[in-house]
Amino acid sequence: MAEQVQEYLKVERQQPWREELRKAMKAKERTDITRVKMPEEDPHFRATNSNEVNLGLTKEMALQEARRCLDCANPTCITGCPVNINIPKFIKRIEQGDFLDAARVLKDTNTLPAVCGRVCPQEVQCEVNCFYVQKLGKEAVAIGHLERFAADYERDSGNISVPEVAEKNGAKVAVIGSGPSGLAVAGDLIKWGYDVTVFEALHEIGGVLKYGIPEFRLPNVIVDVEIDNLRRMGVKFETNFIVGKTAGIEELKSEGFEAFFIGSGAGLPNFMNIPGENYTGIFSSNEYLTRVNLMNASNDEYDTPVYSGNHVAVIGGGNTAMDSVRTAKRLGAEKAMIIYRRSLEEMPARVEEVKHAMEEGVEFLNLNNPLEYYADERGQVNRMKVQKMELGEPDSSGRRRPVPLEGSEYFIDVDTVIVAIGVSPNPIIPSSMPELEMSDWGTIKVNKETMESSVPGVFAGGDIVRGGATVILAMGDGRKAARGIDEYVKARKKK
Amino acid sequence: MNRIVEKEMLNKNVVKLVIEAPRIASKRMAGHFVIIKIDEKGERIPLTIADADPETGTITLIIQRVGVTSHKLSLMEAGDMLEDVVGPLGHATEVEKLGTVLCAGGGVGIAPLLPIARSFKEAGNRVITVLAARNRELLILEEEIRACSDEVIIMTDDGSYGRQGLVTHGMEEILEREKVHLAVAIGPAIMMKFAALTTAKYNVKTIASLNTIMVDGTGMCGACRVSVGGKTKFVCVDGPEFDAHLVDYDEMIMRLGGYDKQEREAYDRYVAAGNGA
Ligand SMILES: Cc1cc2nc3c(=O)[nH]c(=O)nc-3n(C[C@H](O)[C@H](O)[C@H](O)COP(=O)(O)OP(=O)(O)OC[C@H]3O[C@@H](n4cnc5c(N)ncnc54)[C@H](O)[C@@H]3O)c2cc1C
Ligand code: SF4
Ligand code: FES
Repeated sequence: MAEQVQEYLKVERQQPWREELRKAMKAKERTDITRVKMPEEDPHFRATNSNEVNLGLTKEMALQEARRCLDCANPTCITGCPVNINIPKFIKRIEQGDFLDAARVLKDTNTLPAVCGRVCPQEVQCEVNCFYVQKLGKEAVAIGHLERFAADYERDSGNISVPEVAEKNGAKVAVIGSGPSGLAVAGDLIKWGYDVTVFEALHEIGGVLKYGIPEFRLPNVIVDVEIDNLRRMGVKFETNFIVGKTAGIEELKSEGFEAFFIGSGAGLPNFMNIPGENYTGIFSSNEYLTRVNLMNASNDEYDTPVYSGNHVAVIGGGNTAMDSVRTAKRLGAEKAMIIYRRSLEEMPARVEEVKHAMEEGVEFLNLNNPLEYYADERGQVNRMKVQKMELGEPDSSGRRRPVPLEGSEYFIDVDTVIVAIGVSPNPIIPSSMPELEMSDWGTIKVNKETMESSVPGVFAGGDIVRGGATVILAMGDGRKAARGIDEYVKARKKK
Repeated sequence: MNRIVEKEMLNKNVVKLVIEAPRIASKRMAGHFVIIKIDEKGERIPLTIADADPETGTITLIIQRVGVTSHKLSLMEAGDMLEDVVGPLGHATEVEKLGTVLCAGGGVGIAPLLPIARSFKEAGNRVITVLAARNRELLILEEEIRACSDEVIIMTDDGSYGRQGLVTHGMEEILEREKVHLAVAIGPAIMMKFAALTTAKYNVKTIASLNTIMVDGTGMCGACRVSVGGKTKFVCVDGPEFDAHLVDYDEMIMRLGGYDKQEREAYDRYVAAGNGA
């Protein structure tokens, strides 16, 4: 963390209210409290509907959990947070009972706390760096649960603070893509007086938050509240607008846009390119989740169809795989399986997602890798060949490399297969802008400080820069880019 | 929201809609398509832009009644709104002056063929078009095609108009007769398959425009994937036009049938709810 930030945190920590709270309880009393358990919907019941699984902490639970936080002199949790939320400050506001101010503290650095409180992998970010884990060998303060609590409290109270908007400065900025990175840029720039338009290719705002992450983990209403707030602050949204197709950046420039942010995400699904992968009944996780989440396909009143398979195999071990397999379960699959080539330990999905999937009856076929698909005479997949794997030496990612076990091939009956092995950056914008410098992986190259691309005035962030990453990193990029854009526009005005 | 400004039934199963979409109208080129969604509960379907007028800011779509969505579209009237229209999508046709271009259109495939034939004509090519339909009643856009073709051959399955026979018969006749520099085939997958086999015999480069199932149309879902030359391609971003000799039509036909059961059920529900079939 920058020195200024550290200094600022120190000053904040010395405020009388913080000093007082620290003295209110002995450290030993605090560390004796056991970590709160997130109340959850019953696994049998929830596997039949799309209700949110995590129910949220009660006020009493939140107060109790907030007391655990020691308000450390050196709050290591913050170093693990990609946007450096002032974690002890918001938690101490909760302990004080000032939940609305806790939410305000979160919003100082995080545009979408209700979203992050639900989907951030806190267990590998802030919480793993918590003093409890690092020094006491105990379970971390439940920072994520508390974040969600404060954000939900604010929303439910009807007292959402709509940040003040500066006087209009006359500069027009175009934001391309309405995922978390784009929403974050829009949120900051509108506050600073810019005229901001967000262009979105789909008919809905929210990017992966809407079309990817399912309702049972992140209800759409949570995202919509945030979008409404941006609207109230003056952000304009244009759906059904594909920049690079409907109009290019040059045309938007001639319409008065001075700076651009590309947050077009990592939309292109990867396939394994094994025999039979194009049979019907085999989908990318993006297609499957889009049909269900964006198009409401599981509801008969909506026109989009979806396969509600009986024997569903999901290939992969990330959040997307877990979201797909849990969705399949909810659409009525008798058997819903994860097929993953490494072991549980290497799984990139959040621990919580894996746990929830297991509780819901998902089968895990770890150390298994698909080799080929077979189909009936109509081309409908009905069987797959799988090979067992074992773990060898660590590869460049530090995870142990899966090695095939010769002769271990066997068959599994399936009627639906969902391929969730990752995504590549969306190529529409890059291919419409040949002057944009790209990496070998198809991501846009940017200056890490300002997020400016090789084309002056064009900034980028989120998955289109990082490849598949996370909501909070996308948002962090967006905020950095907003500062970059602000400086860029100001410098231009001076000239 | 996009307003329908004009509606016309081209025959009992094919409807023409002219829709306000100024940005798309000014950008679109031959070969482009749009994705539309009728209302909140609608599905997203791809439709080729058959024509456009940048002056009035409108695009023309031609739709054959097959399932629930196309049926609903055929019941819409001028003044009604489509909730979502996005485009223009896909790569435009690469149009250049080559010499003689043989265009072959089957059924409602004549609609996407029209702007392509017109562009090749405008680029100074000699354009010969073979149109095929089951019968006279089902033949669409004959006049428009004649206006941009040097020669038109019409084939009907039942011989009720033009000559009796398949599109490939008409194509063979031309290929036998003269040097063709490029062929374009658009229609049902099975027709494109046989059109491609026909031109392959004469070693004539051929392009086909594929009409797969789509969801987003931006490369995000892979619903539209096909095998071309043994490689998986996404029709919405890599196409919709491909080398007709390399497309795996059997796989494409199979994938097009992927939702038959669901669609039939949806259609039955739609009819049961009191909507005329
Ligand atoms: C199923 C799933 C589950 C996930 N779970 C988690 C999780 O639990 N925790 C977590 O932190 N992360 C998770 N992620 C990852 C996270 O969602 C992404 O890292 C994040 O959304 C990236 O944000 P973004 O702003 O870069 O782009 P996106 O959210 O991908 O949004 C990009 C938007 O841009 C639009 N667009 C693209 N091209 C254009 C164009 N040319 N013109 C206009 N619009 C365009 C797209 O339609 C899209 O709406 C998950 C991802 C998926 C798919
Ligand atoms: S490290 Fe843990 S205990 Fe210390 S301030 Fe952060 S959350 Fe509180
Ligand atoms: S329609 Fe989704 S990738 Fe082509």
